[in-house]
Amino acid sequence: MRSMLKTSAAAFAILAASMGGASADGLTGDLKIFLDTSNPAPRATMEKMISQFQEKNPDLNIETTVIDREAYKTQIRNFLSANAPDVATWYAANRMRPYVEAGLFEDVSDLWADPAIGDNLASTKGALTIDGKQWGVPYTYYQWGVYYRKDIFDELGLSEPTTWEEEKANCQKIIDAGKKCYTIGTKFLWTAGGWFDYLNMRTNGFDFHMDLLTGNAKWTSDEVRQTFANWRELIDMGAFIDNHQTYSWQEALPFMVKGDAAAYLMGNFAVAPLRDAGLTDDQIDFYQFVEITPGVEKAEDAPTDTFHIPTNAQNKEAAREFLKFAVSPDVQTWINDGKNLGQLPVNAQSSVDSDKFLEQGFEMLSTNSPGGVAQFFDRDAPAEMAKVAMEGLQEFMVKPDNLDKILDRLDRAQTRIYK
Amino acid sequence: MAQASVAETRQSSWWHRNQQQLTPWLFLAPGILFFLFYVIFPIFQSFNLSLFSWDGLGAAEFVGLNNYEELYYDEAFYTSLKNNLIWLVLYLAAIPAGLFIALFLNQTVTGIRLYKSLFFFPFVISQVVVGLVFTWFYDPTFGILNVVLGSVGLPPMNILGDENWVTIGIIVAGLWPQTAYCMILYLTGLNAVDPEQIEAGRLDGAKGWRMLWYIIVPQLRPATFIAFVVTIIGALRSFDLISVMTNGGPFGSSRVLSFYMFEVALSEYGFRMGYGASIAVVLFLIMLGFIAYFLWSMYKEERAR
Repeated sequence: MRSMLKTSAAAFAILAASMGGASADGLTGDLKIFLDTSNPAPRATMEKMISQFQEKNPDLNIETTVIDREAYKTQIRNFLSANAPDVATWYAANRMRPYVEAGLFEDVSDLWADPAIGDNLASTKGALTIDGKQWGVPYTYYQWGVYYRKDIFDELGLSEPTTWEEEKANCQKIIDAGKKCYTIGTKFLWTAGGWFDYLNMRTNGFDFHMDLLTGNAKWTSDEVRQTFANWRELIDMGAFIDNHQTYSWQEALPFMVKGDAAAYLMGNFAVAPLRDAGLTDDQIDFYQFVEITPGVEKAEDAPTDTFHIPTNAQNKEAAREFLKFAVSPDVQTWINDGKNLGQLPVNAQSSVDSDKFLEQGFEMLSTNSPGGVAQFFDRDAPAEMAKVAMEGLQEFMVKPDNLDKILDRLDRAQTRIYK
Repeated sequence: MAQASVAETRQSSWWHRNQQQLTPWLFLAPGILFFLFYVIFPIFQSFNLSLFSWDGLGAAEFVGLNNYEELYYDEAFYTSLKNNLIWLVLYLAAIPAGLFIALFLNQTVTGIRLYKSLFFFPFVISQVVVGLVFTWFYDPTFGILNVVLGSVGLPPMNILGDENWVTIGIIVAGLWPQTAYCMILYLTGLNAVDPEQIEAGRLDGAKGWRMLWYIIVPQLRPATFIAFVVTIIGALRSFDLISVMTNGGPFGSSRVLSFYMFEVALSEYGFRMGYGASIAVVLFLIMLGFIAYFLWSMYKEERAR
């Protein structure tokens, strides 16, 4: 049975590849691609991927524009309506909702109907679905979790915690040793959103968390208060570095590098700068955020980056081929390997690079996240609510006594924003 | 044929007659057109937009004065307004500071040109760089400020992380280039001070402060006026320093109106164009108050002459 499944999967793959090849040969015209991958490494990866696609389609005239990642977030509004490319990068879930609702993204459910995509990309299908249709394809995603200094843990005789009690006991020992448990920089607010995501998902579960972020549960509810009470336990212990409101997430890295703080709740993108700063893989390690309320199914943050076809695109046929190409198993394997994006492939048929963080992340997301996969605080909540809320989270971290005021403010904002 | 030449002569003579009146307008035309298109027209557009709810993508929905009503209940708006007032008052310190540095530098010693340019230097570098330099200066862990405070026995401070100090901290950073600007204005002003009046004052026994206040400062009136105008406008436009140094934080306590407008309308989490426009309208009305005052006092001065 198993072998039959395998052979049929292989046959399917070959069929899909040959079909892709056959139709790809006929692609002509221009293909305009807009990318927000402006950092040097991802940019090189994308350009390499596009040149491979070019080789397969010599008659296609591909024009690539790379826009600064931050500037892209405002420019996309203009170019989607005025001067649309054929393919554009963006983010999944609520972040794409304004463009879907304004009719600026093309419905690509037809691509997902193909089992080669629909089945192999099943883990991210939910994040690309709005109103029962799919509006783009993912090309990479990455895990969040606790990155910690293994050498400090070893020195203090600590092991990776799995429960909230163990987490706090570990933290107390770290504090007694004159260090801080966690580094964080909340100047740009979203890092505090990551902490809230995890504390709330572990305290109240994935479904409640999503209800809260989509406006169906109240910020003044007892569940949310319990989340903040848990958070406050850490704050009152002095678990976080001082003055975190002054630092960006990059500026908070040196605390961990110098050994003043033992751990960092972050996305996998934090590994590269930690390695660049001279920490070896023996010194850093990763664990899944601990269980808080026993019995609540674990859910993870795994932000997904995506490709979309604008409704006003000129060459949608070529754009669809490009999307198929980008999510195909081979391409997914190499663009996400350690030498390129260093993240997780979205295609289940791809292999994960032999990097201990990617392997642990892939394992965690595929087997130990039964509750669901969230995108991230500011991608799951509407932008306006995310902004107000993350400001409140930062204020709470600095002045936990203001909690009642903050929750009232968020409650008012919620009634105004979700109409 | 004959008719055409008659028309031609009539035309050229009309041009000839009105040349004197028309030429200035022709020269002004490009400027007026640009001013109308890029300044006046957007003002009315903002007024109009502030009555709508629009995310920049879909259709705009007319909401009347709702945006202003929301402003009225918006705590963040009052924080921004309060910070704008603090900016207006404290930023004026650049004027006396600039005057004293100018007086200090207004002497002839070797290398004075070098000293003058060094004092002027902060005005030449970008505001972003000024912001970064001061951010590092204030850094609670690695910054030099806490080293200095510690050496005189004071406890460390996190200026940019404390909602009561953050605005003052940013204004101090802003004063550095603004003082240089006022200094340059006063240095040129001091060149025009009449030495005969100083001589006369000296004969009458004026010295030190009295000399400064009754003889020098009145003659620097034009420079003071310009310094006042640029400082007020500078205070109301304070944006880049806030963006670089705190991004409006901690928890929004260092925002001013211009920054809040940007956040609401144009930042990553914004795109509420109508609400942003209503903040812009409020800011415009405040600025209009000052500009009207300046224009009026300029007009009065012209008439007095």
